[in-house]
Amino acid sequence: MSLLTTLARLEAVRAGVAQPLATVRHRHLAERPFVLVPLAAAGETGAPLAVLLGQDRENPRLLTVPQPLDRDLRFAFLARLGDELLPYLESFGADVELLERSVKDPESGEKTVEVRELCADAPQLVVPNPGAMELLGLVGRSTRFRRTAEDVDPGPYPVPARVPLLGRWLTHLSERSNVPGSSLLLPLTTTLSRHWATGQSSLEDAHLGALLAWIAPPPGERGERAASRAENGRDERGRLLVPPAGPATDPAFDSLLLSPAVTRYDAARAAQDERLTRARAEEIDALLESVLLPVWHQVWQGVDLLRTLPPAAHVVERWESDRWSYTGHRDRVAAGEPPQPLRDDAVTAARKLAQREREQVRLDLEEALDDPLAMAEHRLAGQAFAGEVVEVLPAYDTSGRSPKPRPLVTVRTEDRPHLDPGGEVHRAAGPAAQRAELVQLDAEAGLLTLRLLSGMGRKKEPEPGTVPEAGEQVCFTLFELSARQSAPLPEPEDTPWTHGGPPR
Amino acid sequence: MDHSTHARVDQPLTPLETRLAALRGGAAARNMDARALAALAANPGCDRRAVLDAAGVDKAALATRLGSPATFGQSPFAITRGLVFERRLRAERCAELVALLRTELLPEATAQSPVEVPDLLPSEGPAVRAARTRVALAEATANAAAGRAWTLLDRPLLRLDVAGSTVSLEPDAIVIGPDGRWTVVEIKSFPILDGSADPTKVGAAARQAAVYVLALRTTAAALDAAAATAQIGPGLVHPRPGTGPAARPHPSGASADVPGADVPRAAAHAAADAVGSGLSPADATTPAAPRLPTAVGLPSAATSASAATPGAGAVAAGGTASGGPEAALPAGAAAHASPYAEPVGLAAAVRTTGLLVCPRDFSNVAVAAPLDLRKQLAVTRRQLARMTRIETLLAALPETVRLDEAPEAVDTLAHAYAPECLAACELAFHCRTQARAAGAVEVLGRGVRGELGSLTTVEAALEATAGDGALARAARLREEALAR
Repeated sequence: MSLLTTLARLEAVRAGVAQPLATVRHRHLAERPFVLVPLAAAGETGAPLAVLLGQDRENPRLLTVPQPLDRDLRFAFLARLGDELLPYLESFGADVELLERSVKDPESGEKTVEVRELCADAPQLVVPNPGAMELLGLVGRSTRFRRTAEDVDPGPYPVPARVPLLGRWLTHLSERSNVPGSSLLLPLTTTLSRHWATGQSSLEDAHLGALLAWIAPPPGERGERAASRAENGRDERGRLLVPPAGPATDPAFDSLLLSPAVTRYDAARAAQDERLTRARAEEIDALLESVLLPVWHQVWQGVDLLRTLPPAAHVVERWESDRWSYTGHRDRVAAGEPPQPLRDDAVTAARKLAQREREQVRLDLEEALDDPLAMAEHRLAGQAFAGEVVEVLPAYDTSGRSPKPRPLVTVRTEDRPHLDPGGEVHRAAGPAAQRAELVQLDAEAGLLTLRLLSGMGRKKEPEPGTVPEAGEQVCFTLFELSARQSAPLPEPEDTPWTHGGPPR
Repeated sequence: MDHSTHARVDQPLTPLETRLAALRGGAAARNMDARALAALAANPGCDRRAVLDAAGVDKAALATRLGSPATFGQSPFAITRGLVFERRLRAERCAELVALLRTELLPEATAQSPVEVPDLLPSEGPAVRAARTRVALAEATANAAAGRAWTLLDRPLLRLDVAGSTVSLEPDAIVIGPDGRWTVVEIKSFPILDGSADPTKVGAAARQAAVYVLALRTTAAALDAAAATAQIGPGLVHPRPGTGPAARPHPSGASADVPGADVPRAAAHAAADAVGSGLSPADATTPAAPRLPTAVGLPSAATSASAATPGAGAVAAGGTASGGPEAALPAGAAAHASPYAEPVGLAAAVRTTGLLVCPRDFSNVAVAAPLDLRKQLAVTRRQLARMTRIETLLAALPETVRLDEAPEAVDTLAHAYAPECLAACELAFHCRTQARAAGAVEVLGRGVRGELGSLTTVEAALEATAGDGALARAARLREEALAR
């Protein structure tokens, strides 16, 4: 945790309410996100117990598995989940933008125009926490390889038709959520903690109820009290006042209420009493809804809180990457490709890692550019400085055939960048990408004289507006403001056999 | 089978134990398990937890009495699932577990050697069970050395001294392989999915297993010592490897160059029998042969020297024991002195790689994976060694206090709250309230404490924002950014 975050947390402790960590919203938030609150059956890996889902906050749909150990019931549940989720996921596939790009034919060298489809929008699932995200990934893993009755060889345990497809979508979404800055599958606690600092530790922030209690405590109540009640306040029957946001249920709830209800359901089923079985299943539904509904409202409250922040400038660009990701998966499904493998091959894994690293760098840069609070981190670390221009002197580089503008700009700043004369800096939030080098440094007075090196047009005099004027606020960074492309991976035929290439 | 240990019953309480029992208020002591010990080792500075765990106080009940009940617990579904899994593994004398271990642990050549699953008297008291485990370990080691058979100890009981009080530990299983090495087996009900498992859960399992390895090493050192005293009795001469009752070619070959067959066999027999169960602890229990003949009084470092020089080994073998007291005891002491010292003697037979047995993927089928414990071992050993002795900690409490009557007396014991406690200690909410009331910066995380250095309270840290340090600069930057 950086010193600025620590400071924000300290302030939150004093104020009794969470303090902002961002001035803008750094994640995309759909107009109508699809909220999904899943619960897992304790002890069983990737076994769903219930889910509350939908786009309408007043009208959530509840799906449950009355006996989570029964695989038929589980797959029937997943089939219903697919019926709810797949139409939403697929609905974005039809509306496309056509993008043109010129491609060079590797053999003839001719340039041809290639038209590619990019879906105009993409789905967005909002889940309470990373645990829910993991559960969806597990469900994806456990279903995407299953065979259905429609397959040529259905095997002994065929599952309903669209379940493997659901598994592939869930796998894709949970894979994508590993990419920094992506928003197709958004865990709420992590997103809220990015924007607010509470007066508790980051471990405690993982509890959605406690986190919201800090960000928006009830009137007249301090955050720590509200959070503490959300964590372990219980009613007279021993039930938590604020049920955990899942995917694990409260063990006391399991032993006091759920376990007896499941036992009654099993008994009714064993007796083959259909009416009673249905009644017992409805009891379980009611129980699970009672612990899911509070979380449902919390999630929407969290979404509302995020909406109070204006979206950051670069969010649209990052969402476009998400749209590409969605379009790519849509195409793979349409092309009849097999489900994602258990383990990636070496090249795919390298690609994914490189992508994640690149996106992380990009996210850090874009957040710094969009948000003065994020830039403040770099200024505190001596990796950037901001201040007021006090003097601009025109100067020229006459070494070449025609003189080039190289104006000298003096900036007064309180920041202490780790910079020596000759060091290169980059202008943030300028009209265009602009490099400069430090000419003179007066640390006492906080004066830095910079020579602008680029971004002023091709003429002898700089283009109007490209050189800051005296009195203007400017910000320069010591790091480059665009993510570097990593070196390309070799072609399949040049890949060493150790990494999946052809044998030599 | 020699069950003479049955005669030994639990000894009368020591003054410390009496004091701790009084602290519980006469309630039954909660057994301190490896999980608790691992949690304690993760926060060794917590006097409160150290005393409560040593006394076997029910911390959950105490927390309820203090008004901040814990939210711990395991769902009945998870418990059932875990039990079903374990029961399956242990059914029919651990048939499934044995089959799994065969494929996982054993070299192919010995895969068909017989397996012993001795009765460890699970229904007896802890003292009896611990003694029985020791005997079984000794027998198994001898068996392994003699017939290259191997043994599975199902739920043995080990004793470990922690900060002056004795803790009983029950590993899931211990395997003594035909190579004489001991492996700790940890059965868990979380899955190994596509060859990997939840790192947090694996970490917790590794910390537990590390505690068992430590306890096993202590037990091994005690066995060494017992063997040594037994040999001193008849005195004079000690058996050298290969001359015990289980005479056989020495498998390691390391002592092949040791002559001196002039050791009276009768004495060797006497020595070995005195140990109790035909144990010849010295030989062949360790493939690396860390317990080669050593000259009397030589520090353990000399062991390797004598191994390296056949001549020296020969000289030593004439006059000393393969299981001489000097070889074992200083080694045990050395293990306490430095947390990084490699164990010698029988203790070196304990493998630092445990075996994790979990369900595979989404099924109920067991799969085993090796678990490297070296790091957890070093950490746990160091943390346990630096814990203050319980007697010293108890001095802070009034002599007659009973926690069931006066729960708030617990506050006289210093706590070392960190947010990590919330996942490991029933009293965490209580300690958190106190830490918050004191304005301690630890409530924000251990990292924050390190970052702020000498500023230990929130108040002090916030005051520092008015000064001229890094915090003040941070505060100015924050203010400027938020003003925009």
